[in-house]
Amino acid sequence: MTTQTARTTTQGARQAGGPRRRRIAGTGWHGLRTLTLTEARLLLRDPGTVFFALFFPTVLLVGVGFAFPGMRDVITDAPPPWEGLTAVAVYVPVALATAVATVALTTLPVYFATFREKGVLRRLSTTPMKPQGLIGAHLFINLVTVCVAALLAVVVGSQVFDLAGPTNLTVVLGSFLLGILSMFSIGMLIASRAGKASTASAIGMTLYFPMLFLAGMWTPGPVMPEVVETIAGYTPLGAATQAMTTGWFGTGVPVSQLVVMAVWTVVLLPLAARLFRWS
Amino acid sequence: MTTAHPVPSVPPSPSLAARTVPDGAAPAIEVVALRKAYGSTVAVRDVSFAVGPGEIFGVLGPNGAGKTTTVECLAGLRQADAGTVRILGLDPQSDPASVRELLGVQLQEAELNERMTVAEALRLYASFYEDPADTAELMDLLDLAPHRDQQFAKLSGGQKQRLSIALALVGNPQVAILDELTTGLDPQARRATWELVERVRERGVTILLVTHFMDEAERLCDRLVIIDQGVVVAAGSPAELIESVDSSRVLRLRVEPHEEPVVLEVLGGLADVGAVARAGREIEVTGTRRVLPAVVLALAERDVVPDVRTMTRSLEDVFVHVTGRTYDHTGATGPAATDDRSDTEGAAR
Repeated sequence: MTTQTARTTTQGARQAGGPRRRRIAGTGWHGLRTLTLTEARLLLRDPGTVFFALFFPTVLLVGVGFAFPGMRDVITDAPPPWEGLTAVAVYVPVALATAVATVALTTLPVYFATFREKGVLRRLSTTPMKPQGLIGAHLFINLVTVCVAALLAVVVGSQVFDLAGPTNLTVVLGSFLLGILSMFSIGMLIASRAGKASTASAIGMTLYFPMLFLAGMWTPGPVMPEVVETIAGYTPLGAATQAMTTGWFGTGVPVSQLVVMAVWTVVLLPLAARLFRWS
Repeated sequence: MTTAHPVPSVPPSPSLAARTVPDGAAPAIEVVALRKAYGSTVAVRDVSFAVGPGEIFGVLGPNGAGKTTTVECLAGLRQADAGTVRILGLDPQSDPASVRELLGVQLQEAELNERMTVAEALRLYASFYEDPADTAELMDLLDLAPHRDQQFAKLSGGQKQRLSIALALVGNPQVAILDELTTGLDPQARRATWELVERVRERGVTILLVTHFMDEAERLCDRLVIIDQGVVVAAGSPAELIESVDSSRVLRLRVEPHEEPVVLEVLGGLADVGAVARAGREIEVTGTRRVLPAVVLALAERDVVPDVRTMTRSLEDVFVHVTGRTYDHTGATGPAATDDRSDTEGAAR
């Protein structure tokens, strides 16, 4: 490795007055805190993104609960674990999956493609801050966004519809986390290649709606046809919804769904990192 | 040392002239025999120059000449195929991180988040450096203070460009690279930006100015290299370059039609006059350095007082002279320009 520390750089450099400075090559993470806070503030200035990322899952859950007749009725004609639940309760894991998918497939790829399109990463490369710092800051901000959006949906949903808590919180949290990882991996894969925000948006949207379908957005819980349910179990968002449903209402550990999400992550995340274009 | 590719030479030899720094000081920037190809396209064939501390040094050439690639190699953003580059003695190719604190770079077409304000951008970029400049002072220097709370999307072209320069300077660099900084600006904003570059130099910053505008280089640069098709074709101060091309002087006369026979007769008898040609309603006279006083004096003796315009030579003439092509301001060099190099060299001799 070349020397990175305490290199004097006075040779040949004319200084306009003042003592000659000793310059030290930085670590590349100076200002990461300012970067993260600034980016978070900028995200909050984007009303469309804020609404969809933070409030859409809550609006969806409350909207579905009130808009469709019978959603607040107790299910009587379905096998366990559905029997005895209200229809809107079954929709809670779907709302959580929506929180994950919205950020992973709409916000994240579009932001990263915008950075590339506008030359933000290129400009950052000329400063001591590594462009990886911006990527890290945004992954962190998006993670926080998903968690806040999910928490908001659950809290508001419980208040409005008097929902019961999960039977196995660990399974719900684990499934939620793996759901985030696998879905962010897909988002990052789009983000790694898309040269323009519009491309990233188009690809993201193309995946967004089929994924929401497989998560049960239009056919929640017992309403989902068996074939669709089987297929959904192999997709990251479908598996996440099924696993969270098991953790919330059922018993046992949804091993197959957890493995599916882990495999998606292990395959796609390194691929995204490898394919990532910095300019 | 010398290259395999012959370079049409304007004395002194461009590659040699470009590599020497005035006063023998250690160079702030040094580029030696840089080469970079993208696949089969050679963007930079052989570029060498050295910039002394405190200089404004120009890298001039038409679009597609290899200027931006040179800059990117210099900034450590691109790996060169061959050659060496040094900034303040450090090697940005093997260790890009080593130059980040010392080198400010203003790149073409690098934007910001459109919702970020001027003050936020400066504060953010300042936070990346160990020893940043005072952002308030920088905003004053670049006339950005009145726009400090304006979002990037709402800034004018000139304001964006000034912010871009401010961001290149916010780390208190000793060397700044400014790439095409007046492209897309109106004439007034361009002149304001030029004054600014001079103000920045007064702070002791060495400036590498990359441009395809001849007038910009002529106005700002202490010395410069002209790059064409990846090769340095001329080097020196603007005055040296212009003088080296042609020491003749050109002027144009406008006289009443009935005076023309007398004027032509007088011109024919003057030793300082080389050639006389018609240019529309004017008569173009080419001659020695003393052609202007000689012509005016001789015509005055015959009671003819013409309107006289002297035609100034510019770097554009230097470019035409060394490449044998006209300078294309608008885009990449045309199809005729990319013809095989031997043609070009032939024309240059």
